[in-house]
Amino acid sequence: MKTLALSWRYLWSRPLGATLNVLLLSLGLASITFLLLVSAQLSRAFDKDLAGIDVVVGAKGSPMQLILSGVFQLDVPTGNISLKALTALSANPLLASVIPISLGDNLGGFRIVGTSHAYLSHYGATLAQGRVWDAPMQVVLGASVARKLGLQVGQPFVGSHGLGAGGHAHGDNPYTVVGILQASGSVLDRLIVTDTASVWKVHEDYTAVDDEDRKIMEDEREVTMALIRYKTPLAAMRFPRLVNTTTEMQAAAPAVEISRLLHMLGIGTDVLRAFAGVLLLTAGLSVFIALWSAVRERRSDLALLRMLGAPPARIAALLLGEAITRRALVASVLGLGGVVVIATERIGADANSRLANGVEIHLMPPCFPECRAACPCGRGRGCAA
Amino acid sequence: MIRASHLSYAYPGGATIRFPDLDVPQGAVVLMSGPSGCGKSTWLALTAALVQATAGTLIVARQDLPPLGKMAADAWRARSIGFLPQKLHLSAALTVTQNLAMAQWAAGQAQDKQRIHAALASLDVADLAQRKPAQLSGGQAQRVALARAVLLQPRVILADEPTASLDDEAAASAIRLLLQTARTHGATLVIATHDGRVAPVIVQADAGQAAFTSMRLERHAAQVSA
Repeated sequence: MKTLALSWRYLWSRPLGATLNVLLLSLGLASITFLLLVSAQLSRAFDKDLAGIDVVVGAKGSPMQLILSGVFQLDVPTGNISLKALTALSANPLLASVIPISLGDNLGGFRIVGTSHAYLSHYGATLAQGRVWDAPMQVVLGASVARKLGLQVGQPFVGSHGLGAGGHAHGDNPYTVVGILQASGSVLDRLIVTDTASVWKVHEDYTAVDDEDRKIMEDEREVTMALIRYKTPLAAMRFPRLVNTTTEMQAAAPAVEISRLLHMLGIGTDVLRAFAGVLLLTAGLSVFIALWSAVRERRSDLALLRMLGAPPARIAALLLGEAITRRALVASVLGLGGVVVIATERIGADANSRLANGVEIHLMPPCFPECRAACPCGRGRGCAA
Repeated sequence: MIRASHLSYAYPGGATIRFPDLDVPQGAVVLMSGPSGCGKSTWLALTAALVQATAGTLIVARQDLPPLGKMAADAWRARSIGFLPQKLHLSAALTVTQNLAMAQWAAGQAQDKQRIHAALASLDVADLAQRKPAQLSGGQAQRVALARAVLLQPRVILADEPTASLDDEAAASAIRLLLQTARTHGATLVIATHDGRVAPVIVQADAGQAAFTSMRLERHAAQVSA
């Protein structure tokens, strides 16, 4: 009889105990793996969206809100900033690139983002179908948006006011889909991207009562925020202070705000590591307890094996065989779990999309001042009307 | 054959136990009696080369034990000693056949199904080969354990309290079975017991057939403080 066969029979002489032990170990190891994966994916998702954005300039308010709304498209924006002020700021020699972002409308809960072509190239977006816009009211859909809404290239749609579903429909100004992006795992996947001028047009047409009104609006055009990349690292020392002290705008550094956010949520890497450490210890202890009880329960059986002439090494091999069999079972359970996870992964969207779509985030509607007058409640930004 | 002279063993605690001399030929029957704690188990452990005597000579099955190294002792024990423990220690996870195969595994031998079958058949339990120990009666289990003890054709069979918790009739038949099995295999039989019922059964069953030696260990006489 082979040592491993003997180990296998011993292991399964107590099926409940063996199963529970395998389950406990699998759970422990799966938890650790899951924790590490989630923490890695979370920070990778953050990093991907943050990459190349040194600072975000927007209306004064909470800097974290500005980052969450502007970079990750999760929160409502702090307000709008004047296009003139931003243009003046763009002339600053410390800046390498300035990407304007205009928010205000959505389609089925997916944000319509008015911006420039630079926004697409910043995230290295590639087209799966169609082309990028060359005129206002043409849009490019993120991969998740196209899949969930089932829109095709050439199809028109009407955006609704606000950042959550259920706002007023801008029926006079339909958008046309001209392109669909490939899934990139970045924030672009769940956005509808168009030219900044589209957002202006929709809201000016919606609000203006006559040509004179429209002229005034064109003079006072606004964007929601701008994503900025520095030309030199030194700019980080001077530029935010310049913006915060001399303009009506604020500059927020995404890296700082996100580390503050992670710290506030208590999922800093230290906490994760400590938690993973405790789990690892638990799993290790369960291995030890299993082996120890295997020896203790069968102490007299093992003594008999010695009496039958088995050298200590052969008995150790028997126990080791049991441990290895147990570990092999754990590995297969984990492998099976892994297959299930990967299968789910394929069905669902990427981690980033899940971050936004899987978690219920109730976005509050409008931010455009033009719309404030139009809102029946008159509260302006944050109203649910 | 077993030959012991001036044999003594020092426990790790410090106490030393001295054993009476013994010289029996191959095939003899030795009844070792005495109260609990008198050193019966130690004597069995010495005879099986599980522990080494502190002093004296001990020759079992033509092997001079004290000089034997640990690895050699394990191999020698597998070849030469058949052991019938008080608790039978048949593994509940294994069938009767597999329990016997485990003895071959312990001895480092390849599995020999024919030999297992022959050993079971010699004790009239071949039909129980595929049963688990839990499905055996007490007497059947003892026969299986005895088959395991004689599987590798040992020169010496050590039986530790084989009649504990048996009624008179079962005890007598267990002893008779032991004697018969030892005789069949030509093995020296050592029965360690504190059961007074054993000696008369041996005398009655084995009279004149084998050299019968009775060795009595006394706790106070045998145990000498270091």
